[in-house]
Amino acid sequence: MIPASFDYSAPETLSEALKLLSENPDSKVLAGGQSLIPLLKFRLAAPAHLVDLGGVPDLHFIAESDGMIRIGAMTTHHQIEESDLLAEKCPLLAQTAASIGDVQVRNCGTIGGSVAHADPAADYPAALQALEAKVKIAGPGGERELGIDEFIVDALTTALEASEVVTEIQVPVEADGVGVSYRTIIQPASGFPIVGAAARIGVSDGKISFARVGMTGVAAKSYRATAVEAALEGKAADAETLAVASRLAAEGVEALSDLNASSEYRSHLASVQLRRALEEAAERAR
Amino acid sequence: MATTTTKPQAKTYVGQRIRRQEDPRLITGTATYVDDIQRPGMLYAAVLRSPYAAANIKSISTAGAMEMPGVKAVYTGKDVSSVGPVPCAGSMPTLRVPHHTILATDRVYYVGHPVVAVVASDRYVAQDALESIEVDYDPLDDVVADPEKALEKDSRKVHPEYDDNVAFTFHLDGGDVEKAFAEADTVVKLRVAAPRLAPSPIETRGVVAEYDEGAKELTIYSSTQIPHLLRTQLALQLNLPEHHLRVIAPEVGGGFGSKCNVWAEEALAGYIAIQLKQPIKWIENRRESILVVAHGRGHLDDVELAAKKDGTLTGLKLRILQDIGGHHQLLTPIIPTLSVLMLPGLYKFKSFTADLIGVFTNLAPTDLYRGAGRPEATYVIERIVDRMADELGMDPAEIRLKNFPGPDEFPFETATGLSYDSGDYAKAFNIALEKVGYQDFLKKQQEARKQGRLLGIGFCTYGELCAFGPSPALPAGGWESATVTVEATGKVAVMTGTSPHGQGAETTFSQIAADALGIPMDDIVVVHGDTAKVQHGIGTFGSRNTAIGGTAVHLALQEVVGKAKTYAGHMMEVDAADVAFEGGVFSSAKTDKTVSFQDVALEAHLCKNLPPDTEPGLSATRFFEPANFAFPFGAHIAVVEVDRETGEIQILRYLAVDDCGKVINPLMVDGQIHGGVAQGLGPALMEGVIYDEDGQLLNGTFMDYPIPKAQHMPWIESERTETPAPGNPLGVKGVGEAGTIGSLPAFVNGVVDALSPLGVQHIDIPMTPQKVWNLIQERSQS
Repeated sequence: MIPASFDYSAPETLSEALKLLSENPDSKVLAGGQSLIPLLKFRLAAPAHLVDLGGVPDLHFIAESDGMIRIGAMTTHHQIEESDLLAEKCPLLAQTAASIGDVQVRNCGTIGGSVAHADPAADYPAALQALEAKVKIAGPGGERELGIDEFIVDALTTALEASEVVTEIQVPVEADGVGVSYRTIIQPASGFPIVGAAARIGVSDGKISFARVGMTGVAAKSYRATAVEAALEGKAADAETLAVASRLAAEGVEALSDLNASSEYRSHLASVQLRRALEEAAERAR
Repeated sequence: MATTTTKPQAKTYVGQRIRRQEDPRLITGTATYVDDIQRPGMLYAAVLRSPYAAANIKSISTAGAMEMPGVKAVYTGKDVSSVGPVPCAGSMPTLRVPHHTILATDRVYYVGHPVVAVVASDRYVAQDALESIEVDYDPLDDVVADPEKALEKDSRKVHPEYDDNVAFTFHLDGGDVEKAFAEADTVVKLRVAAPRLAPSPIETRGVVAEYDEGAKELTIYSSTQIPHLLRTQLALQLNLPEHHLRVIAPEVGGGFGSKCNVWAEEALAGYIAIQLKQPIKWIENRRESILVVAHGRGHLDDVELAAKKDGTLTGLKLRILQDIGGHHQLLTPIIPTLSVLMLPGLYKFKSFTADLIGVFTNLAPTDLYRGAGRPEATYVIERIVDRMADELGMDPAEIRLKNFPGPDEFPFETATGLSYDSGDYAKAFNIALEKVGYQDFLKKQQEARKQGRLLGIGFCTYGELCAFGPSPALPAGGWESATVTVEATGKVAVMTGTSPHGQGAETTFSQIAADALGIPMDDIVVVHGDTAKVQHGIGTFGSRNTAIGGTAVHLALQEVVGKAKTYAGHMMEVDAADVAFEGGVFSSAKTDKTVSFQDVALEAHLCKNLPPDTEPGLSATRFFEPANFAFPFGAHIAVVEVDRETGEIQILRYLAVDDCGKVINPLMVDGQIHGGVAQGLGPALMEGVIYDEDGQLLNGTFMDYPIPKAQHMPWIESERTETPAPGNPLGVKGVGEAGTIGSLPAFVNGVVDALSPLGVQHIDIPMTPQKVWNLIQERSQS
């Protein structure tokens, strides 16, 4: 559990951090360290250089502007869980943060670190997919923005270049009349979800006016369950509709199989947990 | 010289909920564990381990590592061939003990088998250097990873010097089992598996070894439960005179039995320290800990139970396959024999036959882990008794109550020849049934079942064999020692031969001593875990600390008080026989004078006016050899609900009624039950080492290997009955393992009960959601 040796820098500005990343090709960004440090200790990763973003002040914020909430990449899960702004205007993200790991993990781990690591079983992507979140990236060539679904490419793979840094996550302010829920089944050792289902449901006049669904843990990549959304929108907000739609939770994806869950069981859990999330979200929407 | 005057104490400490004296240093980070020890010029060792479960070693090249800056030395198996083998204390006639060198020489027998040791200026260099060592392995086909297949004729032999993979066999029978089965109205059978568990103490193993060349003395700091026994074994392994060896167990961060062992790395560090004449530190990492620290359990049991139709149990047949692993550790073959001894549980049947087969596999060694043989036995008997109740259409509570010995039948001779010392099994169980509201629950369960809900209740009425134990039953002595030394100022040191490592014995023994001497607990220090400070002792394991070690302390205290009375009588000018001692004050009906404990302590050292025929000082050393084990018991009940859709298990209620004899500190007994229940809940619901068919460990990190966390634990509704142990003057039995023994079967029985409307009769542990769901799917389709 001892990492290979590496150089370490603690830049105080973003531009300094970007410069270090460009100058050191075999470098890796250290955010909250909740995934990277174990990888280093197991020697599954052995970068020559770590660039610690902990001292870059302008990456810690939660702010609202133009109907969006902007969250600095170095904001911890705990800060997101405890944010009054998010509790009021984007409760799905706050609820999701609250279900991550344990207190110690939430105190150290960051949202930017989590999305950049792209663990297929991370909690955030379910909510971020359902929220159609945007990821803001800074690099040597300037800034760019990607939708979460473009940003996450595959298991542990993102669209981020080696010299780039995630600076911000953007989520919409939740509209009135939208209910949200995040439901998981947790792997007891790691605390990661075996499946996680995030739902946003708008109900008006007894009908589902709006549905967004994000799934994590089911497949190598988190995804928006668009088939489920299509099966919901415009339909009566009743138990039957929710149950029928939730059966499409793992439609079109290749469900993972591991020690904790076979692909068949995982697909089944995806449907069950999604149905429960939809029921809860619909209840909250009323 | 003035005495420290402390007010005489009238209050008693024994029986009080007193917070542990150990805790402030543990929770403020001021305790000293092995890894906190720094010695001048200390070097760091790291161990290269086999990546293969079975392979021949063709060659080892250490040149690359030797060239690395900071690397001081590299040792292979050949380099340390003068060190004696890792010991095994088993002694059954059929036992095969393969030569177990501290580093592999020609062959490796399991993944994690130590092969090369590197010594370097710091632990980072040592770890890096491991990657520069080239070992040319010739991996063997047909890895022996399944104990049952290992017994098949065409299985490869783990140890080619033997003609099969049988490590030993052990047979015990009693009564007339064939008659019992022939005359039975009903016979039920079950196959019950108890998978391997990684003990996972918070502190992994660790050793610091330092050699004083001038004094020719080797000091070993090791995270061990048995410093004295380790010293004797190291003396033999390293061919050193025992009085030139000192073993210190500093703060030990949990053991659960895994540190009641003699490990290759202990002799290795000692050997290297002598060779290099520099102190050596080796600290095990978590990965190594899960990989190679002897796994507990590893049982595959086939059991049959015979009964009359009224529920009277009449006979039992048991075959245990014990997965040994690639080598024996200290107690590997002994542990499953405890399962055989405990097979009757709390029941009165007299006829049984038991065959135990130890099997070599290409997996890590197994050995003791909390409960050590008794949880396996209790799981088997409590499962099959439930199965029998189900078969007979009998209430599982009723069948238990029917087969317990009554409170007037003690000492109760069991089928396997144990003498259960004292108890009232029905009383504890009835309290638990009352508290859970069993009859009301059954009504609620009926209602729930009508709604399709899977609600269950599970019982475990367990007995425990503890307070190890009489010396004839143990390989290295079952007694314990204590020295009580009163200083001139009236402060007291209690030296115990036990080696507590989380049990809180400093507090318990201080309570006992404070009451005996009428002084505050703060005036007492309990010293343990250093062979240079403490007279020879055995150690802490098998729930023996208080019953055996505490009794030795009690005996030494009695002797000190007796001697103090002689001094006090002399000081008060009355006969010692007329001296009373209470609350720290000596008095006599024959005089108005009194003297305090502190006055006597001072006089015993100043010796201005010694009584005739007495020696200066005030101390005593006593040894206690018990005549029998002690047998705690209890009843645990789990109320569970299974989520039919996901297979998840929710624990709705958990009740524990335990009887561990007289209680010294109820707070600490509660803590032992809580921790014990957690270590039964783990294997019931989630825990278990998983190997693939190549003998590779698949869940070797805490990302994959689940030990229960706070959020997994139910609220434990705890009660006690108190039946004093007749075998020691304190009346204590032991409680270190009770929770682990009692809880697992309660969880499993509860889940089987919940699933019984689907026709489920058994489920293997761990009862993961996937496994439960699979079972529900199968049953729903059939």
